[in-house]
Amino acid sequence: MDIQALLDLADQQVEVSRQIEKRKTTLRGRTQINLFFEPSTRTQSSFEIAGKRLGADVMNMAVASSSVKKGETLIDTAATLNAMRPDIIVVRHHAAGAVHLLAQKVDCAVVNAGDGAHEHPTQALLDALTIRRNKGRIEGLTVAICGDILHSRVARSNMILLAAMGAQVRLVAPTNLLPPGIARLGFPTFTDMRKGLEGADIVMMLRLQRERMNGSFVPSVKEYFRFYGLDQEKLSYAKPDALVMHPGPMNRGVEISSDVADGAQSLIREQVEMGVAVRMAVLEALASHLPNG
Amino acid sequence: MSTKPLLFKNARLVDPDTGREDKGGLLVRDGVIQDLGPQLTQAVDADIIDCGGQVLAPGLIDMRAFIGEPGGPYRETLKSAGEAAAAGGVTTVVSMPDTSPVLDDPAVIDFIVRRARDTSIVNILPAAALTKGLKGEEMAEIGRLKEAGAIAFTDGVRSVTNAQVMRRTLTYARDFDALIVHHVEDPDLVGQGVMNEGEFASRLGLSGIPREAETIMLERDMRLVRLTGGRYHAAMISCADSAEIVRSAKAKGLPVTCGVSINHLSLNENDIGDYRTFLKLSPPLRHEDDRQAMIEALNDGTVDVIVSDHNPQDVENKRLPFAEAADGAVGLETLLSAAMRLVHSDRVSLPKLLRALSMKPAEILGLPAGRLKIGAPADLVLFDPDAPYVLDKRQLKSLSKNTPFDEARLEGQVTITMVAGRIVFDRRSM
Repeated sequence: MDIQALLDLADQQVEVSRQIEKRKTTLRGRTQINLFFEPSTRTQSSFEIAGKRLGADVMNMAVASSSVKKGETLIDTAATLNAMRPDIIVVRHHAAGAVHLLAQKVDCAVVNAGDGAHEHPTQALLDALTIRRNKGRIEGLTVAICGDILHSRVARSNMILLAAMGAQVRLVAPTNLLPPGIARLGFPTFTDMRKGLEGADIVMMLRLQRERMNGSFVPSVKEYFRFYGLDQEKLSYAKPDALVMHPGPMNRGVEISSDVADGAQSLIREQVEMGVAVRMAVLEALASHLPNG
Repeated sequence: MSTKPLLFKNARLVDPDTGREDKGGLLVRDGVIQDLGPQLTQAVDADIIDCGGQVLAPGLIDMRAFIGEPGGPYRETLKSAGEAAAAGGVTTVVSMPDTSPVLDDPAVIDFIVRRARDTSIVNILPAAALTKGLKGEEMAEIGRLKEAGAIAFTDGVRSVTNAQVMRRTLTYARDFDALIVHHVEDPDLVGQGVMNEGEFASRLGLSGIPREAETIMLERDMRLVRLTGGRYHAAMISCADSAEIVRSAKAKGLPVTCGVSINHLSLNENDIGDYRTFLKLSPPLRHEDDRQAMIEALNDGTVDVIVSDHNPQDVENKRLPFAEAADGAVGLETLLSAAMRLVHSDRVSLPKLLRALSMKPAEILGLPAGRLKIGAPADLVLFDPDAPYVLDKRQLKSLSKNTPFDEARLEGQVTITMVAGRIVFDRRSM
């Protein structure tokens, strides 16, 4: 299934989710395990709701109180879960490549819900859906991804997806927050927000982790906000009809000001709604490939 | 605001940029150089100073001076530093951030900029801290500090020992086109050392500081500059091996410059003699061979600038056993006279010397001064290159008198210092 078709399917799920009767039967009888090694509010609940709306039995593994905390390796955990015969495992892990490793050890479908600083594919899909619904297209748009790109799986997945769909993706960050050698991937990079946002249709802000704010990668919150935080003034460098996105959770007053986050150009709340729809679409698309399917 | 123009006539104009020397005149109007050249012998409706053949050159720009304000006004204030600088022909001073409080906050930089403007007769440009509290752990707010008026970033007499911190700071500074000035001395290798390691230290029974304390840090920094592309200036080098390191880095095209203190061009470790604490410096005075290598490096352009490394210390911090005394010597007022020794001994040409004292620092700091050029600020020094005198430290305008040149015979004396068209020092009226 190509990406546009997947997004078309997601558009249908939006309608389903807006009905009173939200339940479908696509995954009736199927077992979905949400295995989150990293705390997550919106992604985990989004996958849980998506699975339930498609009729699956959804179980959230509480890793904090599980055998993992008792020292079990990732592969042993995978083998244990596999023995319980799930149909889908949704995995979030703090190490890049961990989801890939786990997928090799189980017989069911595995959905990557974020692995380290590597990828977060459903986030990119929901961003693409949000953009497409608001701009009518993705091809030809200029998308500025701004902030902590170095540590961001959201940035990497969006770079791949949006570029594949024909957007002009550019990266805006202090060099310390840009992955070394990133320019060789062909994305224009900017260290100055004014230049980086010029002519942008979409301004995608990224979260800056607290431990990276105070002198290690950037000097301070104050300085970061002054030069890299999205406020009305910096947003004015982008196109007048530019739209603002953020994968959440936001640090207000760090990477984004409250008036921009809550302003007319913000799509941040809509992104959350699209998250459920996209995950429903992904799970539904998987349905025909499941074990015994 | 239009003031009466001023003509310096009958001057020996030395332009460090072109290396040209002309007999002629220079006309100052509204704080800038309006005209200059051999043809300028008179001007109507202008004040006239007859230079009597003395040298007229761009005012000196000193990239390294410690001033006790705020926090240590008994050592030096912005006002007293300005007077000392003016007496030495220095028209711009870069002040170090290790004050109390440390200059790591934009509000404090703003204070220094305003206070200097109000109280100092020369330009004082603050360098801000490179890392918070000069601790070498977390980078300072380079962007905001630069906006507030910080001219460069340095931890003063401290080195950033953590290579990761230095890497990220160089990287960050590059985004803001900020200049990093680094003191290159590995504190672990310095250890308890108080003077250059070697025969003389052993004879005096003092702990030595190996040259490697400097070269290892400098070599590391060259690698980090290559990795990051950050604009880097080694505050002071002191030995032959360091000159070699900088020379080869420049040959590779790295954005690197370096300085040497006037002390390391004028003195060597033997001058410490009988435990003279005014010659206790950081980096320490080295062997005569190193001094010769510094002069050579100055001549071939490896060393870009000469600094005074002006570091006022009161008597209580110096009248101590050598090992316990504070580091540092005053130098603003003697910078030019001491440097002129190199000219008088035919080691360095006058234009080349003035390059390292005015033009190169201006270039590195991005200042419009440092050149005899129409439109440039009228920051000038008029001096008699041959006037002999014996330095009497009691005559120094600096609040601290810890000069290594006390009772030294010097040649070359400042007659007039001008900052932005205003005469701030005039020996003729003394």
